[in-house]
Amino acid sequence: MKINYNRELCQGHNRCYMLAPELFDVDDEGYAVLTATGEIPPELHDKARLCVDNCPEYAIELVD
Amino acid sequence: MTDTTETPTPKRTQQAGSGGEGVRPIDSWETDFDHTHPDYAANAPQIWDELRDTCPVARSERFGGMWLPTRHEDIAAIAANENGWYTSHEVVVNQYSADDVMPPPIGGAPPITSDPPFHVDARRLLLAPFAPKKVNELVPFATDFCHSLLDSALAKAADSDGVFDAALDYTQAIPVRVIAEMLGLPAEDGDIFRTFIHHIVENPIERELEEEETAEYYLDRHIAEHAANPKPAGEGDLIDHLLGVELYGEKLAPEHVRGTILLLIVAGIDTTWSSIGSALWHFAQNPDDLKRFRDEPEVRPFAIEEFLRAYAPVTMARRVAEDHELAGCPMKAGDWMLLPFPAANRDPDMFEDADKFIIDRQKNRHGAFGLGIHRCLGSNLARMELTVALDVFVERVNEFELVDPASVRFSTGQIRGPRELPIRVHS
Ligand code: HEM
Ligand code: SF4
Repeated sequence: MKINYNRELCQGHNRCYMLAPELFDVDDEGYAVLTATGEIPPELHDKARLCVDNCPEYAIELVD
Repeated sequence: MTDTTETPTPKRTQQAGSGGEGVRPIDSWETDFDHTHPDYAANAPQIWDELRDTCPVARSERFGGMWLPTRHEDIAAIAANENGWYTSHEVVVNQYSADDVMPPPIGGAPPITSDPPFHVDARRLLLAPFAPKKVNELVPFATDFCHSLLDSALAKAADSDGVFDAALDYTQAIPVRVIAEMLGLPAEDGDIFRTFIHHIVENPIERELEEEETAEYYLDRHIAEHAANPKPAGEGDLIDHLLGVELYGEKLAPEHVRGTILLLIVAGIDTTWSSIGSALWHFAQNPDDLKRFRDEPEVRPFAIEEFLRAYAPVTMARRVAEDHELAGCPMKAGDWMLLPFPAANRDPDMFEDADKFIIDRQKNRHGAFGLGIHRCLGSNLARMELTVALDVFVERVNEFELVDPASVRFSTGQIRGPRELPIRVHS
């Protein structure tokens, strides 16, 4: 599992960073920064799904 | 396990500002709705849920003609504004045509009254001071302030059978104090801020104001003081920041600085006040949710977002800029378009059990802070204040209940939340 993050759609709601600081950081302007750019370890799969399910702008997806 | 509770409705409402008189009775919510009517304040969630089924874009001839969409899909599309059919030039429905300091696309209070492409540039100037890590530096300040409010409120309760007003003695003061701190304005000027908000958001035209009573007069005085006392880089407040930044290679126009400061005062106070108050109103009536919030810290971040979804306080407005059709209805340039994000948050096509409060809701793409380019610039600050206010409250107050559901008063208009909330606490 990998995370696709679309900076164009992100409006900086910061839900992802709050739910999963292991996967996302936030920049000085409040936009998300995907830190988990590679394969997501199994123990973080649930958190990755939470990020997808709580991003109001549909800026995050999971890919196999 | 998941707690579910029907989101309750307030018993007593009154028109904010004008004391409840004077709003014409409603013929039908489909063709004659009025968001300033006391019945709307009392029953808005039920009205949205019915309209979504029967007439998803409701119409009213009031205020010169306005529309009320209630489906998430439509509200999100209007906020996204891909075709440029709407303008943000005015975001609070009013009777008079705005006599603006700044013409479109800038508007009187950038960036909220600004349209693209200017909007993104004006907004970028403010992103850094409101980014999460910056805002979290204020947690100790906000925490101490919440404790000091409760010191007084609980002392008052000790002398009055455990009773104090959670809205007037607690929630109201928090956003006022925090934004005054950020802007570098006097801590004791809260009443002045509330007067500005009252004139702008709640009741725009009561009477002509004397010059010294206006927000412009007050702000110009403080801006001039800041300009005369520049601070070393990195030590300034938000007013210093706005005086220092450049846009397109020039310092901001004085009207821009003033409009933005006023926006930060107006946008952050009643909204956050409403949100904290609604959460306490919910807890007062749902002791099981209070217990879970207190006992299970891991539930708290989800609870905060569920409060924001279920009790979203803010309905924005747009003006239609170009004739077009929406859900088969004819939108005409100049019509008001309400953007009830709280209605979008209750759409069953978007949320499972949309009408239930589920304290640990896992899938929650709520739009309480708006959707798209105008996403609430203060959302990180608002979330921080809501979190701190509730954390401190549950730490200091064990059990509490409403003194009488009928004595709770909700605001009318575009910002919805308890304005009077008498509670009885048990220590
Ligand atoms: C729970 C509290 C709050 C809620 C629910 C809320 C809600 C909203 C909403 C829905 C919008 C979108 C406007 C639109 O689409 O036209 C907005 C915009 C805005 N809010 Fe908030 N707000 C809150 C607190 C705050 C605070 C504390 C501040 C700052 C002090 C703030 C500053 C702003 C600003 C500056 C904008 C305009 C952003 C832009 O146009 O780009 N808000 N807010
Ligand atoms: S939740 Fe979505 S919109 Fe918000 S910061 Fe993360 S990616 Fe961006």
